[in-house]
Amino acid sequence: MDIITPAVGQIFWGSLVFLILMFLLAKFAWKPILGAVNEREKTISESLELAEKTKAEMLTLQAENESLLKEARAERDLMIKDAKETASKMVADAKGIAKEEGNKMLATARESINAEKAAAITELKLQVAAFSIEIAETIVKGELSSETKQKALADKLAEDINLN
Amino acid sequence: MLMRGLLLLFVIGSSFATFANEHEEGEEEKFNAAEYAVHHALDAHEFHFTDDIVIPLPVILWTDKGIVTFMSSAFQHDDKGEFVVEKDGMKFVKFHEKIYLLEDGADALVLNEEHHVENASEVLLDFSLTKNVVTMFLVMFLMLLVFLKSAKFYKRETQIAPRGIAGWTEPIILFIKELASDNIEGDKYKKFLPYLLTVFFFILFGNLLGLLPILSNPNMTGSISITLMLAMFTFVIQMMSTKKTYWLHIFDPLGDSMSWGAKIPLYIILLPIEVLGIFIKPAALMIRLFANITAGHIIVVSLIAIIFVNQSAWWSGLSVPMTLFISGLELLVAFLQAYIFTMLSALFIGSAVESAHE
Repeated sequence: MDIITPAVGQIFWGSLVFLILMFLLAKFAWKPILGAVNEREKTISESLELAEKTKAEMLTLQAENESLLKEARAERDLMIKDAKETASKMVADAKGIAKEEGNKMLATARESINAEKAAAITELKLQVAAFSIEIAETIVKGELSSETKQKALADKLAEDINLN
Repeated sequence: MLMRGLLLLFVIGSSFATFANEHEEGEEEKFNAAEYAVHHALDAHEFHFTDDIVIPLPVILWTDKGIVTFMSSAFQHDDKGEFVVEKDGMKFVKFHEKIYLLEDGADALVLNEEHHVENASEVLLDFSLTKNVVTMFLVMFLMLLVFLKSAKFYKRETQIAPRGIAGWTEPIILFIKELASDNIEGDKYKKFLPYLLTVFFFILFGNLLGLLPILSNPNMTGSISITLMLAMFTFVIQMMSTKKTYWLHIFDPLGDSMSWGAKIPLYIILLPIEVLGIFIKPAALMIRLFANITAGHIIVVSLIAIIFVNQSAWWSGLSVPMTLFISGLELLVAFLQAYIFTMLSALFIGSAVESAHE
């Protein structure tokens, strides 16, 4: 059978063509193509890795921001609280001082009033005493205007003394 | 599809012309479809489109008296050994696409009763640029065109998705790369990738060119010489890269699973099978590709021959759809056989370079 008999010519030319083809393609086609494909594959995987890393970094950054914000908020709250306390304390202090001052003033006023009052009373007493003496003088003058009257009085006084 | 249909019409048309002529010449000779189909699958010394359009090819013969060259047209398209070409004192005839050297003193080819050549010897070292060889040159030219152009793309752009011709070739190249790395362990596949890629596309392009009736269906990858050559390449590469593990698998396939006392009687049967297996694998590689492609060619030609066996153009109503169907199937087979050849080559090479494991 001719169809299953190998021919030397075809094997010779076939090997020649195939070897030349393989050499040329390996050098000028397969090498650059596979090189570029590998390069691209590497770039893609590197980019993906970088993206993953960036994502993780972003997450930590976000968490950090969150905690920072939290801290700031707490600090703000504390500051507000402090300020409030200080303000109320200041008001309370002011109130205390004012009250004390008022009391002091009140006390002074009361003292001076008392002093004035005492002075007035003394004056009044003196006046009253003067009036009384005058009255008594007048009365005594009247009582002692007659002998009898003088005697009666002396008796009465003497009685009083005896009794006592 | 339209193109293929037109091409089929063309081959049917050209076949009509061929047979019409044959019938005018020898009325009594009955058309032998089987012989015609097998003849069609053979290599030839010319591109035969119709009887009027024939491209002659150079004949290069290495004889005892040196190299003899002439164009195949010198035989006047004779393939029955009737036309004698005299060159350098030697007489040549072409009989069934083979060139015979007539014995001294003989003037014409004499056939015996079994239709065998009696008074001539086949020229064994026939380096003629036959139809298959020219097709091979065409394959080489096309592959260089396609892949050098693809490679050019990567010189300009490397970071973007492939476009143009590279967009067509890159997925297939990556597919073969994947195939190689699946079958050959570790990074070792990289060394064999140029061979696997070249052999895949060589077979694929050859298969596809063989489907073109306009080239008179060159049966390059269906030639046993070419498949033998390709299988030899795989075999030589495989043998050149064998490691210890490969030979251990051949000569001690059972390993430590049994004692030597039990293994030796088994090995009397096993070893010859394993050793034969080394050669059967590439032989199967050779026969598979040859048989698949040749079968496709013979079926297509046989289906068209229905018309001529029945001698009525009406049979084309059956013949043409069936031929179309088989041609579509052959398109699939073209890819499939290229894939199988490459995959098995990778597998064989993979088994050779395997390092010890378990």
